[in-house]
Amino acid sequence: MSFLAKYIGQKVKRTEDPRLIQGIGHYVDDIKLADTLHVVILRSPYAHARINAINTDAAKRVPGVVAVYTGADVAGKVGNVPCAMAHPELKVPAFGVLAQTKVFFVGHPVAAVVAQNKYQARDAADLIDVDYEPLDVVSDGEKAAQPDSPVIHEEFGTNIALVHNAGVGDIDAAFAQADKIVTQRLVHQRLAPISIEPRGVLAQYFPGEHQLNLWSSTQIPHLMRTQVSLMLGMPENRVRVVTPEVGGGFGCKLNVYAEEALLGWIAMQLHKPVKWIEGRRENFQATIHGRGQTGTVQVAVKNDGTLLGLKYDVIADIGAYHQLLTPAIPTLTGLMLSGCYKIPAISMKCTEVFTNKMSTDAYRGAGRPEATYLVERLMDCVARELNMDPVELRRKNFPQPDEFPFTTACGVIYDSGDYEKALSKALTIADYQKLRDEQKAARAAGRVMGIGVSTYVEICAMGPSAAMPAGGWESATIRVEPTGKVTVLTGVSPHGQGEETAFAQIVGDMLGIDMNDVLVVHGDTAVVQYGIGTFGSRGLAVGGAALVCATEKVVKKAKKLAAHLLGADEASLTFEDGKFVGAPDDKSLTIQEVALAAHTAASLPEDFEPGLTATHFFEPKNFTFPSGTHICVVEIDRETGELEIKRYIAVDDCGNQINPLIVAGQVHGGIAQGLAQALFEEVVYDENGQLLTGELMDYAVPKAHQLPRYELDHTVTPTPVNPLGAKGVGEAGTIGSTPAVANAVIDALAPFGVKHVDLPLRPEKLWRMMHN
Amino acid sequence: MIPTNFEYFAPATIEEALQLLDQHGEDAKLLSGGQSLIPVLKLRLAAPTAIIDIGRIAALKQISVSGDTIRIGANATHADIARHAELKQHCPLLGETAAQIGDQQVRNRGTIGGSLTHADPAADWPAAILALDAEIVARSSQGERVIKATDFFVDVMTSAVQPNEIVTEIRVAKPAQPQAAVYLKVPQAASGFALVGVAAQLTLNNGKCEAASIGVTGLGPKAFRATTLEAALRGQALDDSTVSAAAAKADAETADALEDIHASGDYRRHLARVYAKRAVQAAAARA
Ligand SMILES: Cc1cc2nc3c(=O)[nH]c(=O)nc-3n(C[C@H](O)[C@H](O)[C@H](O)COP(=O)(O)OP(=O)(O)OC[C@H]3O[C@@H](n4cnc5c(N)ncnc54)[C@H](O)[C@@H]3O)c2cc1C
Repeated sequence: MSFLAKYIGQKVKRTEDPRLIQGIGHYVDDIKLADTLHVVILRSPYAHARINAINTDAAKRVPGVVAVYTGADVAGKVGNVPCAMAHPELKVPAFGVLAQTKVFFVGHPVAAVVAQNKYQARDAADLIDVDYEPLDVVSDGEKAAQPDSPVIHEEFGTNIALVHNAGVGDIDAAFAQADKIVTQRLVHQRLAPISIEPRGVLAQYFPGEHQLNLWSSTQIPHLMRTQVSLMLGMPENRVRVVTPEVGGGFGCKLNVYAEEALLGWIAMQLHKPVKWIEGRRENFQATIHGRGQTGTVQVAVKNDGTLLGLKYDVIADIGAYHQLLTPAIPTLTGLMLSGCYKIPAISMKCTEVFTNKMSTDAYRGAGRPEATYLVERLMDCVARELNMDPVELRRKNFPQPDEFPFTTACGVIYDSGDYEKALSKALTIADYQKLRDEQKAARAAGRVMGIGVSTYVEICAMGPSAAMPAGGWESATIRVEPTGKVTVLTGVSPHGQGEETAFAQIVGDMLGIDMNDVLVVHGDTAVVQYGIGTFGSRGLAVGGAALVCATEKVVKKAKKLAAHLLGADEASLTFEDGKFVGAPDDKSLTIQEVALAAHTAASLPEDFEPGLTATHFFEPKNFTFPSGTHICVVEIDRETGELEIKRYIAVDDCGNQINPLIVAGQVHGGIAQGLAQALFEEVVYDENGQLLTGELMDYAVPKAHQLPRYELDHTVTPTPVNPLGAKGVGEAGTIGSTPAVANAVIDALAPFGVKHVDLPLRPEKLWRMMHN
Repeated sequence: MIPTNFEYFAPATIEEALQLLDQHGEDAKLLSGGQSLIPVLKLRLAAPTAIIDIGRIAALKQISVSGDTIRIGANATHADIARHAELKQHCPLLGETAAQIGDQQVRNRGTIGGSLTHADPAADWPAAILALDAEIVARSSQGERVIKATDFFVDVMTSAVQPNEIVTEIRVAKPAQPQAAVYLKVPQAASGFALVGVAAQLTLNNGKCEAASIGVTGLGPKAFRATTLEAALRGQALDDSTVSAAAAKADAETADALEDIHASGDYRRHLARVYAKRAVQAAAARA
């Protein structure tokens, strides 16, 4: 279908922003229901302990306290926290919504106090007396995998949850043919996603109707409805999940946590609405973490720089339990170990181990930043070993544009790509050769300057259903109302991605109407048809594709009615700029006029259903593979190790851009988080499993003044996978940036003989590297 | 993140506040900007039953310069001090320090008296207050006493202020060469507090250092005057080698350097030496 692109491709300001900027949006905690009771959760201060006894008498006596529940109350009544990965060898410990006989991590929910207000509930929580018997703590992933390690879940006799092998190609032959084998051990530190709005749940139960309403700050309202209904034994159609404004997710709300079902269950016990809002300390302890891999990479290479093979042997420290996708995330790393290079043989052995920590799961990038970081880091290591320019090494191994679709030795098929184009654009913006000259001069003057390049590709627009645990399609309904206003119901659940705007742009253009006439409704399972949700950079590329198909259906239907009303032949009509034209006598009808006629239904063609609405469930044939080049220039204070980012250049290719302003916003935020992994952020547990970075005073999320100015540009290589030609861009910035920064810093330190430094690259580490 | 129960008082005068303090004794806590106390309460690290909000006592907010003396009311906010024109002229070190504390919201609420009394070993004010050889005035119902900056900081989170006292003002003698001063800070990446902060106030005469007063924060359990370093500069021309050699003693007064996940003690010591050197050089360059 062709249309005038009036909105698509334009930098349209986000229609979501005015309400958010004015503070008049509604998050879970802004929703007030009469007679709401408040829940405070008592959490374990121990990383591993047996619960010998819990005495709640004193807590129950606190004025205003309505109930106190412990593991014994919910045993057999509320199902376990779900894990969506089905694998015959995966060990899945039973994760009750409240701890049963033991606690397994600091922050493990032990009891729930319900009171008339949150102050009473909090006071009462202090009065719960839990008799803990501390047990041996397993806090280090590598040690957890050793046979002599204490075992966390005794029923398994081991801490190894899963050994996952991936990759194809003759890896032994590749290594046998190598001129050189470059080996590097790398740590992908644990990170905390830190959404500004922590999690929160409000539950309301109507006993007469046997209806449970849950408001939750989540990325996946429908999947949550299904899971919570199963946990509570409720018919799924009697559970309604509403996702109001969500203040950031970054993957941490792509989950079903203990609290959602617990709050639902409490509301069903007490017949009163109950609310729980997570505090920041709870958020650090009991919301999933990301990354957490430690492994060794080996690359087999010819002296001329031709890559032959890559091996990755890694331990993923997944924490005490599986959350929804915990064991699946490290397997995503295995899909992207080819980077944007031709590597004939790849093998990964990933050992996922339980430790006495919070679970890891999806955090912006989810498994792919690990792949990109290790591949891009190793490209620099190889270049150094071969005395090649790191850019030339990369270039040499790129698949060429005519080699797409390109099948990698990880078994995935890259949809489209032109890696050279983005690379040369970025090099031009950076003036790479001049930078290298400046670096020479700087070094001669005793200054410590580095240039880092990362050419990345990532896998997103999750994804074909065959590759997803719960379906990878997405849904959209479009309704042209009698007055010509258009309502879109989307199965994705935007929480900062700007789809209310982008989807209105698409519909505005496709229907030739004012985009402000389009209302995008999402995040209410009672209103919107089943959908999968927003994660894995899929909102536009999958959800938007569904909307395009639904809109095409609606236009097709409208055309049939227009032809009937205009007395024209359907084939002679065209739909241009909101009007059906081409009828005899130059008569035409607008889409709004047709919509009214479809509803008044006074004159309809035979077999024509009244109304003007269509639904489409879009199943993508493949993932999409956005790519790009990031270049970072740093200077390090030789005396102190303090670091300054001098320049940051990013040329990203996410295919067609619906709204370049939103794309830039996503890239900005993505780079901020990726750069923060490189420089600042790290979740630290001590050997007793105590969380040392349990608040924002100690966990360094980046502040605006700690970030550089970004020089952004893009190339456009559309994807054939969806009708928009758009790839995802939600995570690309995070994925591309970490290695660019790391490579710059390590390049700066090359004169000191430094080949690698693990993240985060804090000044003290750099100082030690220069002064050892 | 909910405090325990407390009763809230908002006295209008110092006298009334002192009376309340006497009445509630150890169970009371004064509240000024709340930027340190409220987090402490929310985390339930302290559970006072009476909160005495001194934020409405107008007398505690005055800033004045008369004769040789600068007086800053304990409740002057960091932002008040950062933008005060007369202070900029007569003692720019104060504003320069204030401007480096936290973010704008914190500076709009947080006060100098609260910060000093809280005695966070990584707070910024102590370095400047020591470098300026300031005096802190504390009042109780028994009367008033003047505490020298060098006697004020006792240990981690412990100042010389007694539970029955209110800090009323900070007195600073106008420096002879106001411009010969600087506050340099290495912020901890997460909190923005000082991994190390060095405040220097110099008096130069004919290219020689007549007096140097250097306050160091962040390094030890309490901020301190780097007296060994000061002595090494006195009477010297401030050439590179003299300053470097002197600055190498910037940590001499601290036996136990702080250590945490953000920096080792060795690194903090190293930063103190480097930043002491830079501070002396920068202050000298401004003179
Ligand atoms: C996000 C954030 C970032 C920050 N960053 C920095 C930083 O970079 N550098 C830095 O130095 N500080 C920083 N701070 C702390 C800030 O400067 C506080 O304002 C200051 O430490 C305390 O001052 P206050 O007025 O808020 O005191 P309050 O929190 O009200 O009180 C602190 C303590 O002092 C006592 N007290 C207050 N006034 C008096 C008085 N007149 N007499 C006797 N006792 C009194 C109180 O009882 C309490 O024990 C930060 C704070 C926050 C929240």
